[in-house]
Amino acid sequence: MGKRTIVPFGPQHPALPEPIHLDLELEDEKVIRAVPSIGYVHRGLEKLVEQNDYQIMCYVMERVCGICSFGHSWGYAAAVEGLMDIEVPERAEHLRTIFHELSRIHSHLLWLGLLADAMGFESLFMHCWRLRESILDIFEKSTGGRVILSFTKIGGQFKDIPKESLAEIVIILENMRKELLVVTNVFLDDTSVKNRMCGVGKLSKEDIMKLGAIGPTARGSGVNNDARCLDLGKYKELGFKPILETDGDCYARCKVRVREIFQSIDIIIKDVENIPEGPVNIPVKGMPPMGDFIARIEQPRGEAFYYVKGNGTKYLDRARVRTPTNANIPILVKVLQGCYLNDVTMMVMTIDPCISCTER
Amino acid sequence: MTRSHEVQEITEISYSDLLVKAKELAEGGYRAVQICATSKDGKTEMLYSFDKDFKMINYRVNVPSEMRVSSITGFFWSAFIFENEVHDLFGIEFTDLVLDYKGNFFKLSSKTPWKTEAKKEVQ
Amino acid sequence: MGSFKIGGIVLSSAFKRPSTRLYPTVPRKWQDNTRGHVEIDPEQCILCGICSKKCPADALTVDKAARTWTIDRMSCVQCRSCVESCPKQCLVMKNEYTSPNVKKVIDTVNIPEKVKKEE
Ligand code: SF4
Ligand code: SF4
Repeated sequence: MGKRTIVPFGPQHPALPEPIHLDLELEDEKVIRAVPSIGYVHRGLEKLVEQNDYQIMCYVMERVCGICSFGHSWGYAAAVEGLMDIEVPERAEHLRTIFHELSRIHSHLLWLGLLADAMGFESLFMHCWRLRESILDIFEKSTGGRVILSFTKIGGQFKDIPKESLAEIVIILENMRKELLVVTNVFLDDTSVKNRMCGVGKLSKEDIMKLGAIGPTARGSGVNNDARCLDLGKYKELGFKPILETDGDCYARCKVRVREIFQSIDIIIKDVENIPEGPVNIPVKGMPPMGDFIARIEQPRGEAFYYVKGNGTKYLDRARVRTPTNANIPILVKVLQGCYLNDVTMMVMTIDPCISCTER
Repeated sequence: MTRSHEVQEITEISYSDLLVKAKELAEGGYRAVQICATSKDGKTEMLYSFDKDFKMINYRVNVPSEMRVSSITGFFWSAFIFENEVHDLFGIEFTDLVLDYKGNFFKLSSKTPWKTEAKKEVQ
Repeated sequence: MGSFKIGGIVLSSAFKRPSTRLYPTVPRKWQDNTRGHVEIDPEQCILCGICSKKCPADALTVDKAARTWTIDRMSCVQCRSCVESCPKQCLVMKNEYTSPNVKKVIDTVNIPEKVKKEE
């Protein structure tokens, strides 16, 4: 029985992309208990629903997170559309699927880069981000924003993406695939990377189920709760199958994300082939009625939950987002128990925490 | 055209049934998706969501003001994060919280900023 | 067993041109669609104030009495909400970003008096 020490980890830490604070109770090198606390970047975006009407709220919701911004606007719009009983045109739904998958690629590449950075593998980090840049360029060219797209509104999309631009996106992605294969191969095959991740931070299926973890974290342990299996978006028509790994360690979680990048590329290419012509938005009239509505979509980090409550005026009573990381923090606490201090960064990274989303 | 939205299943239950239902769901292998509080005119409404294999069950509980809510963390340990959040933002007190931050989960400049005061009766 | 898998990439990038730009010597290319900053055509504006109501960031102020339209460039989040909602379509989104500054840039535009057409 060694001496117990408490080591504060974060909110400012070189390995952390975002401000989460963990009190690590150590016994020698072993973590006995980890107590998370957040709240450094709480902005109260949900409260802004009282000042901004339901359409403008879409812009606010988009700013919940910088990485999955498209998904947030879609999720919120879907919830309001459900509440107001609006049917979004087919083409808009397809476009949403395409852009959501593009943001998944860019989010996962960002994450792979950060993972490499946390391992101290700088050149790999730069190559991941170089590839990510081409996705951001697609965004800027087609919607006008590199990160915050402002592309979704209640009832559809702001503008159409012409056929030529969609074809261009496919060409860029096809070219990217070759380079991606080389870069992601480093993650999956390199000995030094493997030594750092294989067998570290094992999560069993039971833990995942019990603690309600979601997203790639859950899929790395073989639990499927990918919200893309639900009806929102065009995933069903495109024959979507979730990617599952069974090992449950850091390596498996990394592998899930790598495979999802390629899956997303396939989804986009297939969707561009199938996208129908037609309008991309429908005019929205009236106010959200009394009542409430729930929508769920799969963000790059896991399932996100949107809840809106209308009261018949143009201001909603409540708009809630439960972001993926919010549900993944309990599992983070669990996985840190009994690990070694030098593995903490790896584990925090492979959960892919996004704290600004968590606090909104 | 098929509707692309999930089936909405929100059941209103009374406050005393909450723990019974939570126990049932925990035994059935559900996971806690979220807890959401809505505060209007001093009244608070809580929405509990649980999910298993893409089937979501929602319970709405109306909490009278100044009432302490019993925590479901006994059955769903992971709910501590939602309950602490609700406590910090809306000022709802929970009994038997397994991991209680006592109002220090969020670092806020004012206490319970999202709690609304009861509307004054106007004649 | 794969060791030093990154060797290939490292070697090939030693001979490639860098994929970054030498900013600020090489200026950034703007896309046609880039949301950079909002501009107003003062001739068209009727000072109705809809844009300032629709702004989620409270960056716009419309003063009817003084006939001015004011934008706080540093608060604006480039969401296009004002551009979409202006009834006279007198706002446009230009594609250069507001350059970084140590002070808050607040631009005030005077709206000229409309000359009423003689009936
Ligand atoms: S909405 Fe257009 S016309 Fe009205 S005040 Fe703003 S800029 Fe002027
Ligand atoms: S672009 Fe958006 S934030 Fe900027 S002034 Fe217009 S409405 Fe306001």
